[in-house]
Amino acid sequence: MYSLSAYADNVFILFVQIMSDIQIVEAPPGVEGSGFFATSLDKAVGLARSYSLWPLPFATSCCGIEFMATMASTYDLARFGAERMSFSPRQADLLMVMGTISKKMGPVLRQVYLQMAEPRWVLAMGACASSGGIFDTYSVLQGIDEIIPVDVYVPGCPPRPEAVIDGFMQIQKLVQTESLRRRSSPEYQKLLASYGIQ
Amino acid sequence: MAKITNEELLNSITGKFESEVANITEPFGLLTLETSREKIIDILTFLKTDAKLQFIFLTDITAIHYPDQEKQIGVIYHLHSLVNNVRIRIKVFMADDNLHIPSATVLWEGANWMERETYDFFGVEFDGHPDLRRILNVDDMTVFPMRKEFPLEDPNRVDKRDYFFGR
Amino acid sequence: MKNHPVFIDNDPQTEYSTLNLGPTHPATHGVFQNVLTMDGERIVNGVSTIGYIHRAFEKIAEHRPFYQITPLTDRMNYCSSPINNMGWHMTVEKMLDIKMPKRVDYMRVIVMELARISDHIVCNSILGVDTGALTGFTYMMKYREHIYEIYEEICGSRLTTNIGRIGGFERNFNRIAFDKIRSFLKIFPPNLKEFEALFNRNRIFVDRTKDVAAVDAETALNYSWSGPLLRAAGVDYDVRAMEPYSSYEDFDFEVPVGTNGDVYNRFLVRNEEMWQSMRIIEQALNKIEKEDPNIFHADVPEFYLPPKEEVYNNMEALIYHFKIVMGEVPTPNTEVYHAVEGANGELGFYLVNDGGRSPYRLHFRRPSFINYQMYAPMSRGMLLSDAIINMSSLNVIAGELDA
Repeated sequence: MYSLSAYADNVFILFVQIMSDIQIVEAPPGVEGSGFFATSLDKAVGLARSYSLWPLPFATSCCGIEFMATMASTYDLARFGAERMSFSPRQADLLMVMGTISKKMGPVLRQVYLQMAEPRWVLAMGACASSGGIFDTYSVLQGIDEIIPVDVYVPGCPPRPEAVIDGFMQIQKLVQTESLRRRSSPEYQKLLASYGIQ
Repeated sequence: MAKITNEELLNSITGKFESEVANITEPFGLLTLETSREKIIDILTFLKTDAKLQFIFLTDITAIHYPDQEKQIGVIYHLHSLVNNVRIRIKVFMADDNLHIPSATVLWEGANWMERETYDFFGVEFDGHPDLRRILNVDDMTVFPMRKEFPLEDPNRVDKRDYFFGR
Repeated sequence: MKNHPVFIDNDPQTEYSTLNLGPTHPATHGVFQNVLTMDGERIVNGVSTIGYIHRAFEKIAEHRPFYQITPLTDRMNYCSSPINNMGWHMTVEKMLDIKMPKRVDYMRVIVMELARISDHIVCNSILGVDTGALTGFTYMMKYREHIYEIYEEICGSRLTTNIGRIGGFERNFNRIAFDKIRSFLKIFPPNLKEFEALFNRNRIFVDRTKDVAAVDAETALNYSWSGPLLRAAGVDYDVRAMEPYSSYEDFDFEVPVGTNGDVYNRFLVRNEEMWQSMRIIEQALNKIEKEDPNIFHADVPEFYLPPKEEVYNNMEALIYHFKIVMGEVPTPNTEVYHAVEGANGELGFYLVNDGGRSPYRLHFRRPSFINYQMYAPMSRGMLLSDAIINMSSLNVIAGELDA
């Protein structure tokens, strides 16, 4: 049931978008009026979080260099809100694991993940972080999901910067659609327990 | 472009260490000789300090494992004389039950990590090394991974089905 | 007036503190750890731990045929992977006694010098970032994208390139690749000049880097340093000049040498090497024009895969293809050591072959590994900020460190 005024709003917004280059983020569904906009809390919080994620670049090898190229001006990840790279896990939202994780590095990665505060997401960039990559050897961890839960996997060796941005956008979608009670739900606790994380 | 030929180099070495060097070959123009662990430091010192030869640059120390030979593990030194633009390769073969060789850190500080890497992968004990411990592998590993009997892949993987890998 | 408490016993300021410059670095240098014992701001002792990205390249290489080892070599020094690729190809060609046509040599020189420029861009701009100057980094990273575009035209990939095959290249450089290389040679020099103008006589940068971590030639040679680090200390050892490979003897270039081996000298040596690399690329482009434009590989049907059209139509090509892929071609039972001038120093490949499809033993003489061992002894007595600058000027690439 759409009222005529709602249609008029859409047409007006469409008109504005054709005539100017300004791209604005689409507002979540809600009730709008003069001077207020009412929506549900998780959608508003998800909107705010997803466009201001603070990534922790955990760069170990070649994918780290491709990440540097993604952060540089040609592919600019900062457009998506990842402006401030946090190297301290306490202040980071998104752990981007870029590169091969060896068995020697596994405990270090786990420590870093444990130090992050909820809500936290993990992006495994590259074939090595997703599944061990081309290194099926005694010293390489065959995928970081053996030690920490992963949200998005970006395949590639190394993935193109566009692929990294696509992975980042998938994380943004996950962040937007996450319910507020997810982190205390029994399913999530069971997931963490399966990794031995309290 | 070398200022001294392999011929002259070999003559200088056999002039001093006649009976100690064996198995002299020249694959691709690089003089290669074999010697024993008792004489290796003397030969290296001679090569480094001799006024004409001046092999001051230690390129690399590594090892190789031939499980079918009697002396299975060989430690291989590559030296480079920058002044004369000539390289040399020296090998020392040892049996597996007595893997000791004097350390080259008395001559070059750069041998430190090269010998640690060789120890880490093959188990060669370098006597006189200041800090012989594992460098690249995990510290509590008990075996030496580059030996031929050690498998490449992690044997404890549960998610790899041999059927798909032709085994 | 109340007296402030004074510690008499257990004065915490007379103890040394331990600082873990841990595997997770803020400055994306790579994963290696230094546990430093500090006396306030001064380092008393340091212990390095590496191996956090040990991927067992040498072990993998014993199980792969020769042409499958090239992607492994990519991932050693991933900032300049074409140099690793070409070095490996040249090692195998030396072993198999394959002579390359001049045009292939010149094409290889172009690719290797572009890789050297790419690596030095990263090293010098990150050195700037570590001193606090982020502008140089943001200006220079754009030109790495240009180099990546050139790689894409040649081989399809940006970073881990797997350029070339044993016996040459997999495809000829097309006209677009040559145009891109020429346009890179036009647009990069003004920006390199701008980068130098930002840093070379910048008072803050010079104060931070001059006379920091000075190394004399004697010590550098004792620690088997090579590459820009050794040249900054005063020894003009460059594998391209000393043992020319891939027709480097046809090129006219200079080897920049520094005086006292400090961080400032290393920075200047790397900048000057970028200028010399561009000179070499220009000469190579001119030389390539004089050669037959259709040659892009040597005529070795036993080791170089025939083109697919011939494989489907011609019996001999099919048999060669089968023999190469299945490894039925006999290889000599010998050993070879070949060194190329990597961006960090002498990159050596020691290959022991037993006549089969894979090497019996392959050892990489990795310059980052050998250069880095001096870091802990060198940082004794340094201030922490100087030690960080020292580390970034050593240009340690973690993939090459651990292999």
